[in-house]
Amino acid sequence: MKITRTKAFKVFFNPIWESNPISGQILGICSALAVTVQLKTAIVMGLALTFVLACSNLSISLMRKLIPRNIRIIVELTIIATLVIFADQVLKAFLYDISKQLSVFVGLIITNCIILARAETYALGNPPLLSLLDGIGNGLGYSQILITVAVLRELFGAGKLFGFQVIPNSFYAAGYENMGFMVLAPGAFIAIGLIVWLQKTVSKE
Amino acid sequence: MENLISIFLNSVFVGNILLAYFLGMCSFLAISNNMEPAVGLGFTVIFVLSITTPINWLVYHYLLAPGALAWVGLPLVDLSFLKFIIFIAVIAAIVQALEMIIDRYSPPLYMALGVFLPLIAVNCAILGTSLFMVERDYNFMESVVFGASSGMGWMLAIVTMAGIRKKLRYADVPEGLEGFGISMIVTGLMAMAFMLFSGITL
Repeated sequence: MKITRTKAFKVFFNPIWESNPISGQILGICSALAVTVQLKTAIVMGLALTFVLACSNLSISLMRKLIPRNIRIIVELTIIATLVIFADQVLKAFLYDISKQLSVFVGLIITNCIILARAETYALGNPPLLSLLDGIGNGLGYSQILITVAVLRELFGAGKLFGFQVIPNSFYAAGYENMGFMVLAPGAFIAIGLIVWLQKTVSKE
Repeated sequence: MENLISIFLNSVFVGNILLAYFLGMCSFLAISNNMEPAVGLGFTVIFVLSITTPINWLVYHYLLAPGALAWVGLPLVDLSFLKFIIFIAVIAAIVQALEMIIDRYSPPLYMALGVFLPLIAVNCAILGTSLFMVERDYNFMESVVFGASSGMGWMLAIVTMAGIRKKLRYADVPEGLEGFGISMIVTGLMAMAFMLFSGITL
């Protein structure tokens, strides 16, 4: 059997493009918009979410036969909140500046709908290994959109990538100006709208 | 007093929790299809935010903040790293309790709000408001005003959006852009309109 036909492969790669959590399943948009002014914060946020999602999927799947149905939401939220506290402490210890910029949005990973939705719809009914792959796949799918939006916003909004000047000074001399609009909130909404349009059109063909 | 009015105006218009901080987007997009549920959810959010924000303020300042446990003789303890898990637990508990109280004392209100209450516990606008309240160092009165007015801002946004989407149903949207894509772009235009308020200061 070819590797592209295995179930594990599909579980891992589907969410990266076809059923992408943001543009396909419409989940977790809140943080996707807020942290994408700069590429650096977007990448850190993507990594933090992938970590939390992978671990929460794995641990919920390991416990799926022990969790009573009636209180499952509370149990899931407790697991997720613990992982988020862990991620937040690590960021504060090693990447203090970025953690300051992300401010409340690391904490808001708890209520990010992607995590609860994957736990509810996938991890509760599937074995640990597949759940882990599903978690990593969804996390990467989320990061991919975040990074695309952040590249657009930082490049056109500030002329920089990772804080380095990318657009040459001769452009500015010739009259080019940064689009201040991209840095502001409306720029993020419109950028996501256009990315979804592109993705839908491409995947139809 | 002036300070409170300025917090009110700021969180309803300029720093609208949905249009400027992107909180509560998931339920915003899912519910704004129709007018009636949008109004219902809007009121529920105002209601829950006005209760949870002050309660989380009390919890944070008497249990979690650095030095907050001085009243039991532990002035050096700093539990603020626990705020995420405690806040979400408080919110979930309050939502659950509210659901039972409303069900017991006001069945018509339960019929109107009941379906939305479980949704609310995981709405990022609720947790986000509590976290912003800690980060911006509000005092108790400010946190009461901040909670209620954030809810009003959120409701204003979702009701406006529901109105726009109603009209949008008859519009000729390019293929691939219908649904999610055009909603995001409309939200972007709305956010732009709300930014005009940013010149207003008290």
